[in-house]
Amino acid sequence: MRKFDTKVQHLKYKVLREVARLAWKDELYEHILDIPQTIIPGKVPSMRCCVFKERALIGERVKLAMGGDKNNPNVIEVISDACDECPVGGYNVTDTCRGCLAHRCEDVCKRGAITFDEHQKAHIDKSKCIECGACAKVCPYGAIMDFKRPCERSCKVKAISMGPDKTAEIDNEKCISCGACVYQCPFGAISDKSFILDVIKFIKESNGNSSYKVYAVVAPSISSQFTYAKLGQVITGIKELGFHTVVEAALGADIVSYNEAKELVEKGFLTSSCCPAFVSYIQKFFPDLAKNISHNLSPAAAISKYIKETDPTSKVVFIGPCTAKKMEFQKEEVRPYIDSVITFEELQALFDSKELDITTMKEDVLDNASYYGRIFARSCGLTDAVREALKEQKVENFEFKPVPCDGIEQCRIALLKAGKNMLDGNFVEGMACVGGCIGGAGCLTHGEKNKAEVDKYGREAMEKTITDALKTIHMIKDGDK
Amino acid sequence: MKITVCIGSSCHLKGSKAVVSELQQLIADNNLKDKIELAGTFCMGRCQEGVCVTVDDKFYSVSPEKTKDFFVNDVMPKVK
Repeated sequence: MRKFDTKVQHLKYKVLREVARLAWKDELYEHILDIPQTIIPGKVPSMRCCVFKERALIGERVKLAMGGDKNNPNVIEVISDACDECPVGGYNVTDTCRGCLAHRCEDVCKRGAITFDEHQKAHIDKSKCIECGACAKVCPYGAIMDFKRPCERSCKVKAISMGPDKTAEIDNEKCISCGACVYQCPFGAISDKSFILDVIKFIKESNGNSSYKVYAVVAPSISSQFTYAKLGQVITGIKELGFHTVVEAALGADIVSYNEAKELVEKGFLTSSCCPAFVSYIQKFFPDLAKNISHNLSPAAAISKYIKETDPTSKVVFIGPCTAKKMEFQKEEVRPYIDSVITFEELQALFDSKELDITTMKEDVLDNASYYGRIFARSCGLTDAVREALKEQKVENFEFKPVPCDGIEQCRIALLKAGKNMLDGNFVEGMACVGGCIGGAGCLTHGEKNKAEVDKYGREAMEKTITDALKTIHMIKDGDK
Repeated sequence: MKITVCIGSSCHLKGSKAVVSELQQLIADNNLKDKIELAGTFCMGRCQEGVCVTVDDKFYSVSPEKTKDFFVNDVMPKVK
């Protein structure tokens, strides 16, 4: 059964699994140097020039699996030796150019960068080219291609560049930790740091949840993951790992949409605060607009805050599709509520490190949130939820004009317009990943059916409205007074 | 006195919302707001017996239909 999209993910998973396997037994430091040999046995290389380089790079991945470079504040790191130093060509004419008569490429190029040789074949003068890609779009043969590095192409905030030694470098001032480069680098040379060792420690030191309880908060995008098993089996598996219980982050999403609707009416213009990479994007690139960021915690933080209120000694671990959440939980305003963050990739590694076959397990239940909280996992879900919350709160005389954006490019356009007061809208739903959280870098798989899976999971919720889902919480909070 | 109702997934599906709602009403009707604190928690680890409720540290299994009986028989006598 296919568990991952790429072999890079699989390799990362094998390292995480092995590190976790040893950590559960308290044998990690004893056997740490054996891990590369365990993962790359024999003498025949399968990925790189020789097994020795392969093993050396496994060593680097072990470091990342153990939390990475403590001196680097960014949760996304480059494994310099794994970087293949891809050529940085940008747009170039390939052999497919037939030397035609039309010269659409020349005509469309505003910089006059296209010239022709004696065989009528096109060439791009790199001193004039601005990499706009217009020529590539018009060539009838598709002969002009973008040879940009996959990491740089994936990074929509332009935080990645080529360093002096030709390896990729991340500018931490610009990076929003979305993880796009992690998923896109074909050599697996960029990776998110892992906190699985912290999670294993929380579980072990809880002594079977008797010293304190360890809660798992799962993102609603889990409904599109672990497709080889049933969601209820994944929940059982998480408990088998040693978590006390599993709570839906979607219930936090219900809290957020309810409050966000109120805040929107109060302020008149708002940008969403659910996606930590989007929030970081505004703070770093549109600081003037930062005042419009919703003051609500993210759904994960909101539900974790509630858990901590009911159980102050608990440890809360968020499990989701997101690398930026690893940055978010370290923020001062979130740190009191979320103790650690792991991805679905890492959850799979944890299952297998304990040899838990979730497909054979009985199904447990996961049902607290409403349809609207659950659809936060995909683009436009937050918008739908805020619209519903406005309706449920019987808000009148307020025109809701949402601008849902998925992917940083769409976010950028909306924010540029908002900065000039030219945006036709009063609520920007910003998701850094294309498609929303289901497009997150920490997902095991990314597929076309994911949105449908999320909607299906939404419809299965027992609670049909946000107000109903929050009723218990609201009653108990009132009861406290 | 503290009454804690499990609001985890399993108990939620078995009607913890109705239990909380009824308890809140009963507490108000009997003017016990100052004496009884109503709290929630995610999972008491006894999902089969849900809806799980504790009165201080004593465990009770309470269904929405039995909430009133539970309040009359197990809560009221203990209120000081």
